[in-house]
Amino acid sequence: MLENDINKLKGKTAVVGLAESGCGLANGWNAMEIMANSVHDALEDAGIKLSEVDGVFAATAFHSMAAMSLSEYLGLKPKFADSTQIGGSSFLSHVLTAAMALDAGLINVAVIAYGSNQKSAGGFKTISEAMPYEAQYQPRMPVTAYALSAKRYMHEFGATREDLANVAVSARDWALLNPRAYTHKDGPLTVEKVLSARPIVDPLGKLDCCLVTDGGAAIVMTRSDRAKDTKNTPIYLLGAAMEHHHRMISEMPDLVRTSALESGKRAFEMSGYKPSDMDTIQLYDAFTINTLLFLEDLGFCSKGEAKELVKNNNIGPSGNLKVNTNGGGLSCVHPGMYGLFVTLEALRQLRNSSGDDVGQRLDGGWIDNAKLSVAHGNGGVLSSQVTNIWGVSETI
Amino acid sequence: MPENLEGTIGPEQQFKNFLLEGKFMIQRSKSLNQFFFHPRVAFPGSGERDLEWVQVSGYGTVYSTSCNRRLPEKGGDFNLSLITLDEGPRMMARVEGTNPDEVEIGQKVKARISKLNGEPAIIFDVIKG
Repeated sequence: MLENDINKLKGKTAVVGLAESGCGLANGWNAMEIMANSVHDALEDAGIKLSEVDGVFAATAFHSMAAMSLSEYLGLKPKFADSTQIGGSSFLSHVLTAAMALDAGLINVAVIAYGSNQKSAGGFKTISEAMPYEAQYQPRMPVTAYALSAKRYMHEFGATREDLANVAVSARDWALLNPRAYTHKDGPLTVEKVLSARPIVDPLGKLDCCLVTDGGAAIVMTRSDRAKDTKNTPIYLLGAAMEHHHRMISEMPDLVRTSALESGKRAFEMSGYKPSDMDTIQLYDAFTINTLLFLEDLGFCSKGEAKELVKNNNIGPSGNLKVNTNGGGLSCVHPGMYGLFVTLEALRQLRNSSGDDVGQRLDGGWIDNAKLSVAHGNGGVLSSQVTNIWGVSETI
Repeated sequence: MPENLEGTIGPEQQFKNFLLEGKFMIQRSKSLNQFFFHPRVAFPGSGERDLEWVQVSGYGTVYSTSCNRRLPEKGGDFNLSLITLDEGPRMMARVEGTNPDEVEIGQKVKARISKLNGEPAIIFDVIKG
């Protein structure tokens, strides 16, 4: 029997450049332009020439063959490309694939990118096909799926809408410290405000749902030996793992247990660290229920306990757990697929604490001495779960 | 299966044809003696192909439920639930016979074949009492 060497990829690759573009509103720009801006800016941040890029990874809701379209637009002929589309978690799986391709020597420099002008182009954008055996009932996807999970969660664990609202309140508190956040100047939320927002699909109201914005992002990855020579602090990939067990919400085996139970376990195992070692925790919060589920499934508390963990703003700036420190999809940015922004925040926190200038935050917005971040991506309807563990050089 | 599928139909079409005949049928593996839904060409996960169609009892239990808010002029609020059939599998459907926001997890429901947008659709009614 073959033995898997799960630690083989630990510390072998690093992100050496990152950027975002057009977050919020980008009227007059198309999705490709926003994505390409991000790539060029990320390469500038890395100090690597476009012509050195030989691996291209992308997924959007605008391009059926995103990596191919992006490569053409940039004028590249990649030796390896991947447009794997597993929803918002795609980019965290691209990180794993890029690490494998880099480590195997197939490529030397990978860019992973996303771009969207959904807000200025009219609203939430999807290229999802209608789901057989569901579509005729006209669910308001993806909200209905997350509402079904939230309702079951409330039923099984005695959670309330107030518990869900606590997540939105803390996310906003982080956004108030982050000038990049779309809601930075909107003032704080209260539980009452979240509960009285317009109902969308009970039990979720408008403020339980993520923002709808424009925006693009890109990161540049290379092998660790090369990373040492780039101009900014490299952030190393310590662990990565993925799993999914359904596409349609009606096929989810258990509405309150996600595949993050498995992706998290394997990613942490590869990294050699445990959840309590993480200095920052970046979770894909498309809806308030996500944060509760992922805190539990990734191992920050036991099942059904997250509702206690998020009380008293414990995941906000003054709390013990530094969760979604940019403001999250709920209050920072959500251009349709949020995964790369989860990654960006995990990386930025580590670079800031290493002395890089990655932007300004109000007091408390940057985490002091952050050395380890977990980035967790979700795709589809609580379907695909991908976990990445990032660390500064001393953590390898 | 024969390589040439001409003149035969797949499980999705078969399921819909049964609905048109007024029958709510799902598949079962004979060797496993287990039902599954949605319709497929083989048992999910283990691949058994010894499948047969069986008419279900129509009874089930609400596993989770949601009230989808919609403007009155577009048809008003509607219920969307996940139902665990007494035979085991789960499916999405609407529950009617009560207000869309008053369906409760654990309620017993019974299926009937109705129509949505001109197509046969399984709708569940709350069993009173």
